[in-house]
Amino acid sequence: MNADSLGSVFDWEPLWLTFKLALVTTSVLLVIGVPLAYWIAYTRTRIKPVIETLISMPLVLPPSVLGFYLLLAFSPRYAFGQWLQDWFHLQLVFSFSGLVIGSVIFSMPFMVQSVQSGFQSLPVNLLEASRTLGKSDWHTLFRVLLPNMRPALLTGAVLSFAHSIGEFGVVMMIGGNIPGVTRVASLAIFDEVESSHYAAANRYAAVLFVVSFTILFAVYLLNRRRGRAV
Amino acid sequence: MIEFDIEKTLQSVGRSRDSFALQMQTKLDGGAFVALFGRSGSGKTTLLRILAGLTKPDAGRIVVNGEVWFDAQNKIDLPPQRRSIGFMFQDYALFPNLSVRDNVGYALGPHDKAWLNELLAMTGLEDLRQRFPDSLSGGQKQRVALVRAIARKPQLLLLDEPLSALDIDMRVQLQEQLIHLQQRLGFTALMVSHDLGEVFKLAQHVLRLEHGKLAQSGTPAQVFLSARHAGKLNVRAQVLDIRREDVINVLSLLIGAEIVDVIASDDEVRNLKPGDLVTISAKAFSPLIFR
Repeated sequence: MNADSLGSVFDWEPLWLTFKLALVTTSVLLVIGVPLAYWIAYTRTRIKPVIETLISMPLVLPPSVLGFYLLLAFSPRYAFGQWLQDWFHLQLVFSFSGLVIGSVIFSMPFMVQSVQSGFQSLPVNLLEASRTLGKSDWHTLFRVLLPNMRPALLTGAVLSFAHSIGEFGVVMMIGGNIPGVTRVASLAIFDEVESSHYAAANRYAAVLFVVSFTILFAVYLLNRRRGRAV
Repeated sequence: MIEFDIEKTLQSVGRSRDSFALQMQTKLDGGAFVALFGRSGSGKTTLLRILAGLTKPDAGRIVVNGEVWFDAQNKIDLPPQRRSIGFMFQDYALFPNLSVRDNVGYALGPHDKAWLNELLAMTGLEDLRQRFPDSLSGGQKQRVALVRAIARKPQLLLLDEPLSALDIDMRVQLQEQLIHLQQRLGFTALMVSHDLGEVFKLAQHVLRLEHGKLAQSGTPAQVFLSARHAGKLNVRAQVLDIRREDVINVLSLLIGAEIVDVIASDDEVRNLKPGDLVTISAKAFSPLIFR
């Protein structure tokens, strides 16, 4: 989809980019957030509060703070960014991959906290029973634990997805607002308003509003039905 | 033959926060049915968990049929997965997302289908095979949990109050099933139970725990029918009502689920009030026994 097919005034690219970012972010978070939540839920290590605090930081930190540090970290002018560039030929600043990393960190608490409380609401007995039946914890995770906490997984995924759509500060700092690469819908709205194109801004805003509402509404509806079924 | 000699410091449950040591050394014959008897908080469940490998003892050794499961000195501690055990949890711990058939078959491989079907048929679970735990009654859940625990044909079956919360008919039925399964599979069973009738019916051997220590060990008759009660019938009862009728007192007592009226002297009722727990003792010579 590009601007030509839908008239030159309205550019669908930022919306498409927004949903791509949210989808990739949510997928990455499912892969790393579930094991992380599992570890936090069952570990007895003394540094657990430190880890939990770090993961929750994006909830209270202004997104611009996170974006600022990521900008410094990714910049080839500093050690880490230089290292990424030299060893992996990877430039994260002003790139889509950079946005994904920032977005993953920013939405991490929504995924990890939902899934962690999902694990903690399961009886410990399930894990122990599975162990006495000769099954590895890995097997137990996929056959028993995760299937019994689908609402928590769904909540975590949807909140992460919705939160990624609403991203502004981090994207602004590390994305650089490059059309087609890092210019997501929330940035496009800002741009259009800056240049007094209220109609275009309104269209982006309305789409984001409707989509976000629909997703969240669907989740509440699903959880409600599930609650009644049990 | 199952030998263990273990030590573990336990935090006692309840208001007093003092700790006590679970310290036990004993041998169980292979294929025996052994009951663990004792007050709550005496360490019975912890002992089961230690044997299963779910709780780590502070010191000691566990050897089952010649295989060392735990040895603190030589740093051997087999995980539960590698111990040949079945564990029936007090709250069943059935997997809510799996059907009865899949719960029982959880521990079995794809080659064990015939055994799985036989097991379901033998224990009368065939009609329930497609049902999920949420839709089962308490008795059915317990049956599924029991069958799941023995599905892998373990050497040692650990049962944490397996038949509590069952009405008497179901209890008897499941007890029969347990005896039958043990005869067939030859496992050693260690069962926590508070029910004396059950202990007499199922167990050949009783270990009585008191505050983490082995207080008595022997056959049910040796442990429970001690000399001081010989020839007497002792029954615990709750006082429901005390009435004065002419020159005597009539006590209404609750014994199990039955209400019984007995005659009592003035001295006996002086300090009694409804709700008190009492022991009534009667000579046990030539009672009438019915079925």
